Amino acid sequence: MENILALAWLVPLLPFLGFVVIGLGRKYFSKNITGILGSGVVLVSFIFSLILFFDVRNGITGDGIVHYFNFIKVANISIPFEFQVDALSSLFLLIITGVGFLIHVYSVAYMHEEKKEHFGRYFAYLNLFIFFMLLLVMGANYVVMFMGWEGVGLCSYLLIGFWFKNNDFNYAARKAFIMNRIGDLAFLIAVFWIISIVGNANFSDVFEFARLKEFTATDITVITLLLFIGATGKSAQIPLYTWLPDAMAGPTPVSALIHAATMVTAGIYMIARSNILFSMAHHTQTVIMVIGTATALLAASIALRQNDIKKVLAYSTVSQLGYMFIALGTGAYVAAVFHVMTHAFFKALLFLGSGSVIHAMGGEQDIRKMGGLRKKMPVTYWTFLLGCIAIAGVPPLSGFFSKDAILLSAFEHNRIIYAAALFGALLTAFYMFRLCFITFNGKFRGTAEQEHHLHESPATMTIPLIILAALSVLGGWVGIPELIMNGGDHLSTFLSPVIALAKDGHGVSHSTEWMLMGLSTGLVLIMIYFAWNRYGRYKEEKETAVGKILANKWYVDEIYNKIIVNPVSKLGSWLEEGMEKTGIDAFVNNVGRGVNYLSRHFRYLQSGQVGSYILLMVLSILLFFAYQFFIK
Amino acid sequence: MIAVLMILIPLLGGIISFFLKKGNTARSFSLLSAVVTMVIMLYGMLAPKGTTLLSFSADWLPMLGTRFSLEADGIARVLTLLTAIAYPLILVSTWQHTYKNANRFFGFMLLTQAGLMGVFLATDALLFYFFWELALIPVYFLCSIWGGERRIPVTFKFFIYTFIGSLLMLVGIIYVYSKTADHSFALDSFYHATLTGGEQSWLFWMFFVAFAIKMPIFPFHSWQPDTYEQSPTATTMVLSGLMVKMGIFAVIRWLLPLLPVGVNNWAVSVSFLSVIGIIYASLIALKQDDMKRLIAYSSIAHIGLMSLALFANNNVGMQGVVIQMFNHGINIIALWIVVEMIEQQFGTRKMSELGGIAQKAPALALLFVIVALANIALPLTNGFVGEFLMFNGIFTSTAYDGNYTLFGTWHLNAANLGIIFTILAGIGIILSAVYTLRAIQKVLYGETNNLTAGGRDIKVNEKWVLAVIVAVIIIIGIYPQPLLDVSHGAVTEVLQKADIGNLIKK
Repeated sequence: MENILALAWLVPLLPFLGFVVIGLGRKYFSKNITGILGSGVVLVSFIFSLILFFDVRNGITGDGIVHYFNFIKVANISIPFEFQVDALSSLFLLIITGVGFLIHVYSVAYMHEEKKEHFGRYFAYLNLFIFFMLLLVMGANYVVMFMGWEGVGLCSYLLIGFWFKNNDFNYAARKAFIMNRIGDLAFLIAVFWIISIVGNANFSDVFEFARLKEFTATDITVITLLLFIGATGKSAQIPLYTWLPDAMAGPTPVSALIHAATMVTAGIYMIARSNILFSMAHHTQTVIMVIGTATALLAASIALRQNDIKKVLAYSTVSQLGYMFIALGTGAYVAAVFHVMTHAFFKALLFLGSGSVIHAMGGEQDIRKMGGLRKKMPVTYWTFLLGCIAIAGVPPLSGFFSKDAILLSAFEHNRIIYAAALFGALLTAFYMFRLCFITFNGKFRGTAEQEHHLHESPATMTIPLIILAALSVLGGWVGIPELIMNGGDHLSTFLSPVIALAKDGHGVSHSTEWMLMGLSTGLVLIMIYFAWNRYGRYKEEKETAVGKILANKWYVDEIYNKIIVNPVSKLGSWLEEGMEKTGIDAFVNNVGRGVNYLSRHFRYLQSGQVGSYILLMVLSILLFFAYQFFIK
Repeated sequence: MIAVLMILIPLLGGIISFFLKKGNTARSFSLLSAVVTMVIMLYGMLAPKGTTLLSFSADWLPMLGTRFSLEADGIARVLTLLTAIAYPLILVSTWQHTYKNANRFFGFMLLTQAGLMGVFLATDALLFYFFWELALIPVYFLCSIWGGERRIPVTFKFFIYTFIGSLLMLVGIIYVYSKTADHSFALDSFYHATLTGGEQSWLFWMFFVAFAIKMPIFPFHSWQPDTYEQSPTATTMVLSGLMVKMGIFAVIRWLLPLLPVGVNNWAVSVSFLSVIGIIYASLIALKQDDMKRLIAYSSIAHIGLMSLALFANNNVGMQGVVIQMFNHGINIIALWIVVEMIEQQFGTRKMSELGGIAQKAPALALLFVIVALANIALPLTNGFVGEFLMFNGIFTSTAYDGNYTLFGTWHLNAANLGIIFTILAGIGIILSAVYTLRAIQKVLYGETNNLTAGGRDIKVNEKWVLAVIVAVIIIIGIYPQPLLDVSHGAVTEVLQKADIGNLIKK
């Protein structure tokens, strides 16, 4: 057993070494070497993750905690540096390294036009990101998790601003980092809160404390709320979601990896990890459920009217993350993790597909200037279409199973939330197929120049697309509801050591469950038909009042600027001009002037240089002391 | 013995330097002196526990009841180590700089080092005061002779500020001395001086004003941005990296255990000042264009946090402060090095005139970013360790709770103030990310302009200095425990003395 877990540290270390080697050698390595090295380390990590995963599955790793050293141990606080490889983390390891590897491979072709040192910089950052993400999920306590948590934020910042000549991109990067920091502060305060009670932040100890009911109800509520605020930053929920759409400034594979498949799901991972705490905090659960629903709907509505191919996908991601939070809020942690997994497949696929399109279009991202790409890029088209079907939730593709689990859980808890979530699912189907049809169907609307260059992407890009498409189709089959197949829900079984199956109260009857499935599937198919009707042949969308609000994202950025950013900036100016210069400093200067004035009258006593007097004074003191010390 | 050498080498080195004729010789000589000091200090750190290598005592002015006694407890050891390591870094990184009368410049620099070492080591109040002045006075010269355009009024302000502080402290020291049983200036006698609560209350301010000016704490800070801006960079490094630690260290050794009742009376007032200072300085930092002023205000915010954690009066918080003093010293020196490199090359520190440097100087950009991240306490950098511990200390502190009269005016019935302070200080953390990333963006990113288009990357010696610092940042960030262990015993001891135990809160 120990031999197997002894591998655990290699999983994050390899990408870290990749980061160091590529980072230092970026000027000397050819792009091929960089690409092979960058992807290779992630592949090896993936193989190790697989080994770990199967060992966890066979139950031979125990609690999976591996101790390395004491990070901080002072007074009554002890923060060990420990990893925990259990069902939950090993599953995330597979997603991170698996999808991560595919995206690395894809990137080799996607970024090939960069100069080699920037190409190297890109892969170094990407490897560093994988390292931090692995640290995040492998950490056996909240502090190690937090290291990864802020680390992925850093990589996100670096990669959003990868093309750092463009200041708009830099602003987007900064915005992402700062909004995440707001959430991170809440996370940290939660950690302090926990430490002040437990004395450490080890998951095992904290959850044991919770099991023994040694937290007060207030403690639990506050801690979970703070953790949730942390999650709203990283996982882009109301009110801290506005950074994610702007984060699309980064290279598209980065959007796929960081801003869709992995980093943004960190909040869900953290809450699923802390499920014991959250299950005890009903107020927090309600808040999560409501915020998740609101975010899902808000983002879906915005996605209806975006014309930037990546922006549509970005809002879709925000919306899908909302669904995961609905699951968490209703106690369906497994469903949330399930959706993380399927979403990682189909959203990475969609982003990489959009990258393939953007690549072919020479950097164009406006779907109004595309159209008819189906014939020129068949692999991209078919895989993209599969991604759309999967995210829309058509059986038997992966999105259907995970979304169905979430809707079912919502139905069991609150009919209004269920109705809202279902409505959101319909919007999802509509905006995704709008995107797909406008981009790939109809006639080409770009320039002749672009049309001439249209081509299917190279194999290093299409093969990851095909693999992800296969996963998007099949990935849901690990969690087939008991209703359809007895013993089909492998995922719940696998996760059961970490996530207790606490089905509280009203389960629904089989007939209801069938009906719900039928209802959502039927409505989704109708929405796809509507979208086909409207966008199968491209017509310009009419300007409507609602459309304008949606296109402008409900003006949330403008509102934030008005009520937060500008006032803070003004306060800063006022403090500097009003307080610092004319208040404190002026007071001191006037005192100084007074002294100066007085000294002018004593000037004849001096040579005019304060300096020489002080020097004289010091030297005489020195001599005096030295005399006393040595001579006496 | 090592304790004495720590003071004696830079003192003699400084004096000798005055008599050297050539500037280059003085520069090499001062580096030699600094390196020897560092090597001996490192040896001292490795010395087995319980040896007397790090303490010293001899007769000095017996008729006054003062002895030349030095002791490096764990806390002092961290700071002397910092001072010993910082000087070579400072001298090497400003190697290219040429000074008029370089022999005097380096002489004053070394005298300052002697003073600093003395402040950290002295366990005799009069000796402490003597070194306190010895550390300050050379700095007046360094600023007023080798400073920028506005150096004269700025140095004057700095002088007035610190001089007032020192005088108050001297009065305080003499008063406590008069209350000692054996009429002695020894630290231990001071700890045992019989002082009533009322006396402690006003004595607190006699000492604290001097320390607060040095740190500096809001509203005693207005000398600092000007002085940092106008001083030659090497001096600014000494001022910000090392001298501000004098104030914090003095609070630990000369205030908390000496006047526990006074501290208890005023802890909340001081904490409020600290919190205001954090937010105030962070907000002003948002508006700075000059990089030196930006770092100056950022430093005020950081020091505010340290002060807050100090008055939390618990073990974790103080451990955080001690390690953060070390980290802050290293990090801010690194920031100045970066600023110096940029100013040397482009002739300006104004962020609005820079931009796009990352294209021209990738190595500089990389190192700058890492140092900046340490400044905003990203995990796995040294900054995180200190802030994490300090916040823990603040959060759990009960030192703030009870019934208070703030600044003698406002009544306050406080419970859970620790949590409120944590949140308020946490806002400073967010703001620090805002202004730091803003600076990075303005200086490093974007298109190059006429000024920066001809930029080049940093030279090899600069690269090595920064690389060493980055290594320190990351090593301490990943494995801080050895450094924490150095100060652990001393912190516990100080807190035992500072514990008012069953004294009733007023």
